[in-house]
Amino acid sequence: MAARKGSEASNASKANISKDDLLTYYRDMLLIRRFEEKAGQLYGMGLIGGFCHLYIGQEAVVVGLEAAAEDGDKRITSYRDHGHMLACGMDPKGVMAELTGREGGLSKGKGGSMHMFSKEKHFYGGHGIVGAQVPLGAGLAFADKYNENGRVTFTYFGDGAANQGQVYETFNMAALWKLPVIFVIENNQYAMGTAQKRSTSTPDLYTRGEAFGIPGEIVDGMDVLAVKAAGEKAVAHCRAGDGPYILEVKTYRYRGHSMSDPAKYRTREEVQKMREERDAIEHVRELLLAGKHATEDELKAIDKEIKAVVNESAEFAKESPEPALSELWTDIYADDAAQA
Amino acid sequence: MATEILMPALSPTMEEGTLAKWLKNEGDTVAAGDIIAEIETDKATMEFEAVDEGILGKILVPAGTAGVKVNTPIAVLVEEGESADDVKPASPKADAPAPAAPVSAVEEAPHPVKAADTTPDWPEGTEMKSMTVREALREAMAEEMRGDASVYLMGEEVGEYQGAYKISQGLLDEFGAKRVIDTPITEHGFAGIAVGSAFGGLRPIVEFMTFNFAMQAIDQIINSAAKTLYMSGGQMGCPIVFRGPNGAAARVAAQHSQDYAAWYAQIPGLKVVMPYSAADAKGLLKSAIRDPNPVIFLENEILYGRSFDVPVLDDFTIPFGKAKIWREGTDVTLVSFGIGMAHTLEAADKLAEQGISAEVIDLRTLRPIDYDTVLTSVMKTNRCVTVEEGWPVGSIGNHLSAVIMERAFDYLDAPVINCTGKDVPMPYAANLEKLALITSDEVVDAVKKVTYR
Ligand SMILES: Cc1ncc(C[n+]2csc(CCOP(=O)(O)OP(=O)(O)O)c2C)c(N)n1
Ligand SMILES: [Mg+2]
Repeated sequence: MAARKGSEASNASKANISKDDLLTYYRDMLLIRRFEEKAGQLYGMGLIGGFCHLYIGQEAVVVGLEAAAEDGDKRITSYRDHGHMLACGMDPKGVMAELTGREGGLSKGKGGSMHMFSKEKHFYGGHGIVGAQVPLGAGLAFADKYNENGRVTFTYFGDGAANQGQVYETFNMAALWKLPVIFVIENNQYAMGTAQKRSTSTPDLYTRGEAFGIPGEIVDGMDVLAVKAAGEKAVAHCRAGDGPYILEVKTYRYRGHSMSDPAKYRTREEVQKMREERDAIEHVRELLLAGKHATEDELKAIDKEIKAVVNESAEFAKESPEPALSELWTDIYADDAAQA
Repeated sequence: MATEILMPALSPTMEEGTLAKWLKNEGDTVAAGDIIAEIETDKATMEFEAVDEGILGKILVPAGTAGVKVNTPIAVLVEEGESADDVKPASPKADAPAPAAPVSAVEEAPHPVKAADTTPDWPEGTEMKSMTVREALREAMAEEMRGDASVYLMGEEVGEYQGAYKISQGLLDEFGAKRVIDTPITEHGFAGIAVGSAFGGLRPIVEFMTFNFAMQAIDQIINSAAKTLYMSGGQMGCPIVFRGPNGAAARVAAQHSQDYAAWYAQIPGLKVVMPYSAADAKGLLKSAIRDPNPVIFLENEILYGRSFDVPVLDDFTIPFGKAKIWREGTDVTLVSFGIGMAHTLEAADKLAEQGISAEVIDLRTLRPIDYDTVLTSVMKTNRCVTVEEGWPVGSIGNHLSAVIMERAFDYLDAPVINCTGKDVPMPYAANLEKLALITSDEVVDAVKKVTYR
């Protein structure tokens, strides 16, 4: 049950990665990055308002874990949610139009950047209160266990959220009831302007389940293959009925916490170093080129293709009309037909 | 193609800023992600990164310029061999959405009062049997759990202990530990788990040992359960019942004696039920469990042991938003709910002895509220007194007074009086507790005031 460091499994399964898989991860990560860059741009133009938390730098986390998921598995996360939605296949147009608050958005413009959902893709939000999605994710797993459907739930939260009390209430119940939930701590090392070492008494978050008997593992979140391998192990554990699993995925966000964060709590050099030496997309790009799985030209073509998808989503998000004013009064209560 | 670089908005409220410094000069090559300028907002100095690559063809706004409006072109980015004059203006205004038609966003002006729904709750001649509120609640849960396998009960001591107030007595035996679940003392956590399981398709009943402890979970109740349907544009509903005893019990002091009716009634997205009788407890709890929305079901410890007649029917429900007239009268309308009804009915008896005929309305549900029944009655009696256990500020009575004033002003012969609990934390001392709580005598006094007797 002990938590452990490192992941030998990741090296073993790296060998088994196919060219197609690598290309898929490259494409998925690139889509997130380009999408987020575009979102940042639209924010600058005033087309997106309020809070907007970009996922740039963390792409390998969600892409690696999605690669370990099966159809029907669920996911839930915080407000830093655009990457998760794109990775699980939600329509970039619908996401971008929600960012601009338009009728064509996934929440009809009523949720915004932090609140989107998709029943079809089993994406359960998009939550603005730090830590609140953790019991919700365990609840989704509770429903799956109740329904005996073999599904697992990926419950994502940050290093800051990991200090919330309800997280530990949830760990206890999830272990007690052996819920099929993977707690993914996206440790991007900062909670807004607070570096992790300034907020946590013990830096190793993957050991936080030990008291509850939940195994945990630390994972290199800048290596999509390592993330996938760890994800597969966690999924197998959950599906075998052995209860929850913790993955502390070490990652890094390149941009500020939200659009209005001048990010003075870390040096430009620190960010630059991560970008240059550890960038997750560059890493896959090198694997593709080194393994002669793709040529520079082929990768350029993918870039172009992704850019087109993103531009199309931005166009859609600009052109989609604002929601009808009558929408103000809808969706407050579910259809009452069931009560009749 | 030459493109304009626009002054960016760097915070939710920024309208203009100072272009503090250019970090690139005209003619410099710029890569995506390079910092090209520093911009001061009212809050901070921010670095401004290039989104596209190219050559900084021309700087349009020199460093040090203050008051640069968001979306003003500040520079031109060109490609190799292009001139800054080839610029095709990025016209942000064209991107602005057409304003939606100026329909009024306000709910329609006060609707005329509709005839109150006076259909009886059960057919005349239905067999009745006497039952406590406790038994009625248990029957409602058991019946709904038999009928729908996705309904389960979760809470502290609901299983092996048979319920802190014995509402769930026998349910563990009948339904097993999968569906009657004992939780650790972790309200925020298990309320969240239950809400998540409702998103996942189940129909949880969450028992709070008392509603005082739901304060621990208020964030999940309001931010997660009540709002998600709206935030998801109608996709993700949350069929869940939060139930348990609410309000003062007896001598349990300030932290354990509080009526949350008005708190929850304030929240769009929640439904709020507060029954008085056993029949209402049963019929409304069954409706609550079937409702596709989050329902706050406020019970009362003192009422648990009281007996009332309950119809003997296979499937008996009471709809939300339909008040019950307990007693017809002509001189004054008394409106109450929950345990307030006990004081109100007692007051009506006393008033009758003094020749004052009171009409007594039990709201039963506080969201939705049956305004029509209240207004119809007030239009008849021209006087109204509201009765509740909760505090006076922002009370249900305050809200009803406002609605009556707005929609039946011309019918009023006296101001509406709100009888409420006193504006103090609940004291422990027996005498003080008695003073803090609402009494039937206070209701009688209020009625005398509005009837000028
Ligand atoms: C309960 C609560 N407290 C505070 C906030 C304000 N807040 C929003 S994000 C955040 C930092 C969270 O950091 P972390 O969990 O590491 O996630 P990250 O933003 O790094 O993805 C804070 C304090 C909030 N939304 N909810
Ligand atoms: Mg963080």
